[in-house]
Amino acid sequence: MTETSASGRSAATADPIVPKPVSGTVDYLDQRVGAASMIKGLARKIFPDHWSFLLGEIALYSFIVLLLSGIFLTMFFVPSMAEVHYPEDALPVTMQGIEMSEAFASTVYMSFHVRGGLLMRQIHHWAALLFVASMVIHMLRVFFTGAFRKPRELNYLVGFSMLILSLLAGLTGYSLPDDVLSGNGLRITDGVVKSIPIIGSYMSYMVFGGEFPGTDVIPRMFTLHILLIPGLILALVALHLFLVFWQKHTQYPGPGRTDKNVVGYPLFPVYMAKAGGFFFIVFGVLALMGGIMSINAVWNYGPFDPALVSAGAQPDWYMLFLEGSLRLMPGQPEFVILGWTLSLNVLIPAVVLPGLLFTFLGAYPFIERAVTKDMGEHHVLDRPRNTATRTSLGAAFLSVFIVLLIAGSNDLVATHFGLSLNAITWALRVLIFVLPVVVFIITKRICLALQRKDREVVLHGHETGQVRRTADGKFYEVHQPLDEYERWIKVGHHVYRPLQLAAREDANGVRRPGGHLDNLRTSFSRFFYEDRVEPVTPTEIAAAHGNGHAEITEGEPTHAGELTSTGGTSR
Amino acid sequence: MLLLAFALVLVGGVYTAVTPTTAQADSLASADPAKGADLFRTNCSTCHGTGAVGSDLAPSLIGVGAASVHFQVTTGRMPMQANAPQAEEKPPQFSEAEALDMAAYIASLGPGPEIPTAEQVDPALGSPANGMLLFRTNCAMCHNAVGAGGALSEGKYAPSLMDSTPTVIYEAMLTGPQSMPGFNDAILSPEEKRDVIAFLIEQREPQPGGLSLGSLGPVSEGLWVFVVGLGVLIGFSVWIGSRSS
Repeated sequence: MTETSASGRSAATADPIVPKPVSGTVDYLDQRVGAASMIKGLARKIFPDHWSFLLGEIALYSFIVLLLSGIFLTMFFVPSMAEVHYPEDALPVTMQGIEMSEAFASTVYMSFHVRGGLLMRQIHHWAALLFVASMVIHMLRVFFTGAFRKPRELNYLVGFSMLILSLLAGLTGYSLPDDVLSGNGLRITDGVVKSIPIIGSYMSYMVFGGEFPGTDVIPRMFTLHILLIPGLILALVALHLFLVFWQKHTQYPGPGRTDKNVVGYPLFPVYMAKAGGFFFIVFGVLALMGGIMSINAVWNYGPFDPALVSAGAQPDWYMLFLEGSLRLMPGQPEFVILGWTLSLNVLIPAVVLPGLLFTFLGAYPFIERAVTKDMGEHHVLDRPRNTATRTSLGAAFLSVFIVLLIAGSNDLVATHFGLSLNAITWALRVLIFVLPVVVFIITKRICLALQRKDREVVLHGHETGQVRRTADGKFYEVHQPLDEYERWIKVGHHVYRPLQLAAREDANGVRRPGGHLDNLRTSFSRFFYEDRVEPVTPTEIAAAHGNGHAEITEGEPTHAGELTSTGGTSR
Repeated sequence: MLLLAFALVLVGGVYTAVTPTTAQADSLASADPAKGADLFRTNCSTCHGTGAVGSDLAPSLIGVGAASVHFQVTTGRMPMQANAPQAEEKPPQFSEAEALDMAAYIASLGPGPEIPTAEQVDPALGSPANGMLLFRTNCAMCHNAVGAGGALSEGKYAPSLMDSTPTVIYEAMLTGPQSMPGFNDAILSPEEKRDVIAFLIEQREPQPGGLSLGSLGPVSEGLWVFVVGLGVLIGFSVWIGSRSS
């Protein structure tokens, strides 16, 4: 028997196909679920390639790391607010014999006495920070490159929902250890809920099962944190990835890339290898961070006591903008109306402002669609400079977010840069209104300038630094003309024009359809697209070439055709 | 077991680190008030007035006690360098012996808090767990949960306690320098002060979780996740992205 099989194997190696165990398994699966046709389709699916497309993968992999490390943590964490005393003979010495909740005791005990417990906690927490961070960076990439345009608006909303859910996952997870810092965070949550007019106090009682902190909130948060929220995120991840497959991935502008094709590499083997390898890189970096960088050392804060708060009490970074808006808000606007307290000093910074920011973020694809009235599908990404208003709005949004982050860490800014806390707060109170406007204007000017630069380079080529003198004494700089691959990138984009409102009545005296919203739409459209630089048209290139692109001297008019108001798409 | 051995080594290490301070603190009895008076006249009387009676610029020092002088001079806060929101800690301008001479001189002008004995500030005798409870109730709102420091209003701040000697910590609690409230023996008994010191010394051990990142909490953690985590991973992304063709 052994001899036969050995000879059979040698025959197989002579015939260089797949080894028998692999082919056998594949054959088994193929005959039962039709794996071959499925894999054939998937394996040959083409994906475009760019490093920024890996940002979302960082989020996906940190989520997997979160699930794995989270499962470990649930084995040792006790989600209970029952009172216990920390064992006298257990580390750390600062906690010996202290009265605390079981949730806190199990967290500390897990960190010091469960093998690998602290490592897992730290990996979990770093992965959580990285998860949200990479989601945000991924979302910025999607925003600034216009990847949210038709047909991907729905997938943008799926991603947006995941961002909100991840914030909730962070908030609930952060509250579980029941240390002073997490209790402070819950107290702020309680205050924010209570600031909602009329229903606030009832909602707070509902969340905490009575007056804060009560004994219900940690078991409830636990269920949300390990069951409901991860389940929802997982389902949305599946939907998100399915839609990426189904709608195909976007691609950056480049030679031969249009809205009707996908230029890239097949999923198998190129992306299987890349993505698989990248998972281990992400896991490795997180494990390294968990191994050498301390995070959320809860025993430093001690068990929660509602009376306590320490200096430098802040939430994790993704909630810091809320802390910042609360710190910026002056305390005066609190009114008592007929015995009802209206806490605008909490309501505005903690409910209204984040509401506005998130509404803008979630609604942006639809806003842009409304002002362009563009019904076409877009699979080629925008270069951010070519969509000046969108890029500037995004930059202005980011500037508000960053002001809020700095405001949230104003005490650390004060001590580390030797500044006055009061001066920082006042400066930021002004900046939160002024900075977005300034950033918008500057970004827009930079974008338009870059577009003009593109025009110039397309028309006249790159500067070479070589100055030549002709026989008759004339000087000129030699310009290196663009090859057509580079030119494709610089002239291929679409330029929108402001929507025009038709006359109120046509020649026959019939009123045009549409109501007052059309007025609004056109004024928005004008805001978006009034300032623009047209991409170079083939005619212009021909004219420039006829001129002799290598012999253009300085002072010659280079702005021909710029800011024209006629013509449609130039491609 | 390993942790226990580790803890033992640390306690021993802390004990030896603390011993020299206690030797110095003991020598107030051998200090020379006359020499202190000379030093005071040359270096302090411009602001604090001859005879330490105070002036428009600085308060009277009669009755502030030896502990206050020892604290201010050995941490370099006095003589004050500039008219800042608060006196900055800087390299001490006087030797320990000179500081004790001045402390003896001020103590001779009127009774006040005394420099603690070696036993009073010995962290090995205190309870870190009780110190934790006391610290977070009385100190953490300004000095941060583990004594890493924090901001106060108008450019003032509560300094980090990570490098302060047990004697200096005790003296600060006793005398309440600058913006800090004083914690006399009726508020925090000498034993409780020692517990606080034991808790603070415990924080200087290497963090069980690795690099402490300044013990500043979530803001520094958030900064580092962007710098290290995202920084490294974006670097890898660019590398992977460039490996296609």
